[in-house]
Amino acid sequence: MQDSNNIINEVTGGDYKYGFVTDIDTETIRRGLDEETVRIISAKKKEPEWLLDFRLKAFRYWQTLEMPDWAHLNIPPIDYQDIIYYAAPKKKEGPKSRDEVDPELLKTFDKLGIPLHERAQLAGMAVDAVMDSVSVKTTFKEVLAEKGIIFCSFSEAVLNYPDLVKKYMGTVVGYRDNFFAALNSAVFSDGSFVYIPKGVRSPMELSTYFRINAANTGQFERTLIVADDDAYVSYLEGCTAPMRDENQLHAAIVEIVAMERAEVKYSTVQNWYPGDREGKGGIYNFVTKRGLCKGESSKISWTQVETGSAITWKYPGCILAGDNSIGEFYSVAVTNNYQQADTGTKMIHLGKNTKSRIVSKGISAGFSQNSYRGLVKVSPKALNARNHSQCDSLLLSPSCGAHTYPYADIRNETAVVEHEATTSKISEEQLFYCQQRGIGTEEAIGLIVNGYAKEVMNKLPMEFAVEAQRLLAISLEGSVG
Amino acid sequence: MVSARAGGTFSVDFMVSATAGSILERRQRRKTNEVDINMLLKIENLHAAINGKEILKGIDLTVNAGEVHAIMGPNGSGKSTLSSVLVGNPVVKPTEGSITYRHKDLLALSPEDRSREGIFLSFQYPVEIPGVSMVNFMRAALNEHRKYKGLDPVSASDFLKLMREKRAIVELDNKLAGRSVNEGFSGGEKKRNEIFQMAMLEPTLAILDETDSGLDIDALRVVANGVNQLKTPHNAAIVITHYQRLLDYIKPDFVHVLYKGRIVRSGGAELALELEEKGYDWLKENEA
Repeated sequence: MQDSNNIINEVTGGDYKYGFVTDIDTETIRRGLDEETVRIISAKKKEPEWLLDFRLKAFRYWQTLEMPDWAHLNIPPIDYQDIIYYAAPKKKEGPKSRDEVDPELLKTFDKLGIPLHERAQLAGMAVDAVMDSVSVKTTFKEVLAEKGIIFCSFSEAVLNYPDLVKKYMGTVVGYRDNFFAALNSAVFSDGSFVYIPKGVRSPMELSTYFRINAANTGQFERTLIVADDDAYVSYLEGCTAPMRDENQLHAAIVEIVAMERAEVKYSTVQNWYPGDREGKGGIYNFVTKRGLCKGESSKISWTQVETGSAITWKYPGCILAGDNSIGEFYSVAVTNNYQQADTGTKMIHLGKNTKSRIVSKGISAGFSQNSYRGLVKVSPKALNARNHSQCDSLLLSPSCGAHTYPYADIRNETAVVEHEATTSKISEEQLFYCQQRGIGTEEAIGLIVNGYAKEVMNKLPMEFAVEAQRLLAISLEGSVG
Repeated sequence: MVSARAGGTFSVDFMVSATAGSILERRQRRKTNEVDINMLLKIENLHAAINGKEILKGIDLTVNAGEVHAIMGPNGSGKSTLSSVLVGNPVVKPTEGSITYRHKDLLALSPEDRSREGIFLSFQYPVEIPGVSMVNFMRAALNEHRKYKGLDPVSASDFLKLMREKRAIVELDNKLAGRSVNEGFSGGEKKRNEIFQMAMLEPTLAILDETDSGLDIDALRVVANGVNQLKTPHNAAIVITHYQRLLDYIKPDFVHVLYKGRIVRSGGAELALELEEKGYDWLKENEA
């Protein structure tokens, strides 16, 4: 046993590949959080009065709150006055066309595998690239506009499509939702805005890539996706950050609205810097994501592959309001070294014949703590609701922890709610069997972990699946040079 | 077909019987040849322990290309320990002696490199690996072997063709190949799957550890046929078995009796028959 533990310890110490810092002038505001901070951010973004009011209401509410402590997480005290709430790469001097981007930024996103310049843009995928508090560039905007699809940064949407933003923002995740939602609503910077008009299927994947670069800053993005009747969109989200010794805060909000028969697929590959092997540094990832299946027969599915962050606190959920609507949650959460994750989903059944499916795969290594927390709620009016939950945990070390907290709140007796859970570990016999066939320990763990996570990985769009598979292997294997 | 030298392997308890066969005689005759390209494996004075308890107490054994050796003995004599130490199972610690495999120090090689060098173990208890399909598992294994030899990964179509071809050898169902490694396989299917993997990897030295245990007579025939089809003048097999019946199908050139961590008797195929008749009790009597 000792031997195989050592082997796993060795191979689970993978290095973080995206830890570089871009050397670029950054415009930041002073540290600290008060009403003035909120006003500065709003002014920087030239926001209309109504949005500033929204922010201020949220800020005042946030001040009355205390940080939640119910999660199975050990969160060191966070000094909210020691954080910079706005950082933007500085624009270079001189006359430039509107779309021109600093070559240094292009290089950064190139390095991250997200080419932004025309020739190299990813085929079949439109990208909104966000660095720190601002959107750097959105590709394929014009192509999408021909179909009536709006895909732009949130800040742009506020200025160009204020009615749409006003109509939907805060309707799924209100600023009173929770501590971090209130904080985000007060100080949110950039994110993406998507609107798919009636009957339109997005001809390509839409994607936002979030990059934290500046030190001592927090990232508070906000994303809003609206799919009108019979619309369809598949949306991807990726994120990375430099390696730093201090922790950085990331508190985002994602809201999705699906109207009649609309379908939204939201996929995340979360790879924020997880901290070093001793647990120093890393991103605190406190995120509120929720989708509203507003229309009849609408469908929202969340797929997440979580390998990064020092601490993760997120529960992407679905409110199944429309009759016959469907909510899905597919998750692979990997924790290694001293990472902590408390993640899962909420499925709120309100409409008739609503269905939800939950597949959660936790993988824990090192000294990490990995918890699944999920709520299935069936309201009295939700006739014939169905839910199936499957929560599996895979343990790779004797010092890690895996926990499952499934909650069910069933108020209608016609509901059928099923829950399955398993816990397994990679045995030294399995590793040796692979070795005897010529497959080394690192490759063997990659093979077994990817096999275990297959059901979720298969839900990712093709473009992401390969990357995510590689990422899973890297997070656990130390195969990165 | 076979040329060999006996490196003093059977000196202690060696009994040459009249029916021992021509290979034995030739091995004797060629004793003086210094270099022998046909020598695959040479175990000398091997001692090995599990959890600090010595199980193997001085094993000597030479295996040449083209030969089939049967290792027999009562339960607990060290048969499986011997197979484990050959493939580098970390549970078994070699404490003394040496193993030379194709002129390399075998004990210095990692388990995966031993596999890539052509040593294959058909496990007594094949391990289940849920979630990993046989196809992916076998492709990973084959490509690791190819990489070791400096070859490019096998193409998808060539690989599937190879799978089909080799599956036929052990009459393994296509459905089984699509399932997770050994998951939900019956005992017989697991053993056939082992021989299938052996066919895919084409080892130079195959070790069959109690491959007959838990097999009905039909499965035994299929497995043995598979092994026989894979035999060439260039590879060798060590068949570890408690009972003689497997040796009705796989004809050994040599039979060794392992008892309390030592080879106490060696002979030709007829020794297996003798053991079948007499059982293993005589070993204990000899001891007393």
